[in-house]
Amino acid sequence: MSAAAATRMLDGLEGQYTHAVIAFLDDEGYPLSVATGFRAEPERGVVLLDAVAGKAVGPPIGPEVNVVFSHIRPQPGVGYDERRYVSLWGQLRPVDDGRRLEFTPARVQHWDEQEVPFFEFSERGVPQAHRYMDQLSRETGRRVKPSLSPFWLFLRATRLPFLSATIVPIGLGISVAALHGAWHWWLAVLTLVAGACVHLGLNVANDVFDTASGADAANVTPTQFSGGSRVIHYGLLTMRQMQLMSLGVYAVGLGIGLSLAIARAFWPIVIIGAVGAFISYFYTAPPLRLVHRGLGEIAVFLGFGPVMVLGAYEVQARTFSWEALFASLPVGILIALVLYVNEVPDRPGDAAAGKRTLAVRLSKPAVIAGYVGAVTVAFLLVLSGALSGVLPRPTIIALAAVPLALPVYRGLRDHYESPYQLMPVMARNIQLHLATGMLLILGYVIALVAGHLITNPPVFLR
Amino acid sequence: MGVLPEPIEELLNAALVAELTVIDDRGRPVTHPLIPLYDGEKIHMTSSVLFSRKLEHIKANPKVSLSISDPSAVSVERFRRATIQGDAVVDDSDLHSGWERKVLPLWRVKEPAIDFFLGKRVALPLFFERGIIEITPRRAFLWHDGRTEVPPTVYELAGAAR
Repeated sequence: MSAAAATRMLDGLEGQYTHAVIAFLDDEGYPLSVATGFRAEPERGVVLLDAVAGKAVGPPIGPEVNVVFSHIRPQPGVGYDERRYVSLWGQLRPVDDGRRLEFTPARVQHWDEQEVPFFEFSERGVPQAHRYMDQLSRETGRRVKPSLSPFWLFLRATRLPFLSATIVPIGLGISVAALHGAWHWWLAVLTLVAGACVHLGLNVANDVFDTASGADAANVTPTQFSGGSRVIHYGLLTMRQMQLMSLGVYAVGLGIGLSLAIARAFWPIVIIGAVGAFISYFYTAPPLRLVHRGLGEIAVFLGFGPVMVLGAYEVQARTFSWEALFASLPVGILIALVLYVNEVPDRPGDAAAGKRTLAVRLSKPAVIAGYVGAVTVAFLLVLSGALSGVLPRPTIIALAAVPLALPVYRGLRDHYESPYQLMPVMARNIQLHLATGMLLILGYVIALVAGHLITNPPVFLR
Repeated sequence: MGVLPEPIEELLNAALVAELTVIDDRGRPVTHPLIPLYDGEKIHMTSSVLFSRKLEHIKANPKVSLSISDPSAVSVERFRRATIQGDAVVDDSDLHSGWERKVLPLWRVKEPAIDFFLGKRVALPLFFERGIIEITPRRAFLWHDGRTEVPPTVYELAGAAR
């Protein structure tokens, strides 16, 4: 350990720890650890430890000893926080006529959860976990791997909760069609299932390619909203199992899509479906790898915006609709912004793996300005659409979701470099898309109900 | 009444953290803060596979030492300090559920929030793949008022747990 590193490490000891523990090997080869008081002298690179009384517990002079400083703060009924420790190795020599022991550290290992959050600390241990389980497999002759119950494994592998990104645009397309007089509930269900399958296939394929590219391994700060499912990285499922799962759900989705095309409007639905499948697959798959080129947001905008809304509309109404296209734009922008914000904590891992997302390419001010600009455009589209009558007037209620964008802006501004503090920000951004989409759908439902109940509804209900 | 003197048992049952010292592959002591769980005969600790170097070290050399030293992590009426030397074995025959069957009831008593965290297993699957460290005490040192500038009382326990 360099003198500068020793000074830095020793500087904060007295303020952060109440005592030291000296650990050494006794005459019988057993470790023996004894607590004692201490005073750090950072400028000299030493720690003065109070001598320990008793021959049986006296630390040795000469051999390497381990001096540990450890602290936690109990939180009754909850657990504890403020976990931190510093572990130093070095030699002791007696000073002050044997009343003290001068410890000169040569090596250090430390962790403070306020500097490296527990989740990141754990994530850095994944290679060790694999080494241990691989060795255990060799020793026992059976495959030792981590496991989860099938339900939780499926939920984690497919990232099922993100299905709101599919439910909103398909629900919107169906709502537009319903207002236009086209409504078939069984077609609506099949469209939702097909869209969900393609979305889940995309999620699983995304993990396959992120594992293959090294992006998952390079990312040590994943959160529940970013960094992928990590089921391959953790050894919960193999690459092959994930490939089969991806192909399976894609096949179901495409099969239903093809059936809908045959039953309703073949070429329009085939073309929309093909565009969606193309975007979905090449989102992370080579050679295009759209997300690696900073085109992920455009892909997501198209796939979870116009493609899904127009597809759902086409299945119901068997025709194209400019209104459905217009309605898809704000939800497409907002879902693209979900990806855009979720890429922020993944920047270091993505950059290391050559995944040049917008968050990797742009500076913090540019990313935040981009967010504000895109949110503004999304809600201006809602406002102008509702006022002009392109969208039904009741859809103006979607503006009620605007306040959800403010904490996202503030969170990006204040916690841009803190992946775990960005978690509530990412959650709020997902809520922004979901709330806006659901309010747009509600606006359509209001217009639809008003049209049924009132012969000539007032303009604000049309 | 277990194999350890009562004042040390009380410490073990109250401590939220203890320092476990093992011997690494180069024969050097390495210390890890862990939660100690005592069943009256053996001291149990668990380690996630994420931080499993200590398990490897114990398998190679079972000699360990455990100290309870932190006043803020031990809630007893009159603070004291103790160190226990012993022989450890690692039970990693069922990383997924073995520790739940053998150790979770003891853990739950000391840290009720463990059930909440275990409910979030899907978020941290590797953290809950855990090996069990079982320590058979052979010698214990007790500093009655926590001051180690006075010699400890030494208890020879070899054979007590057998």
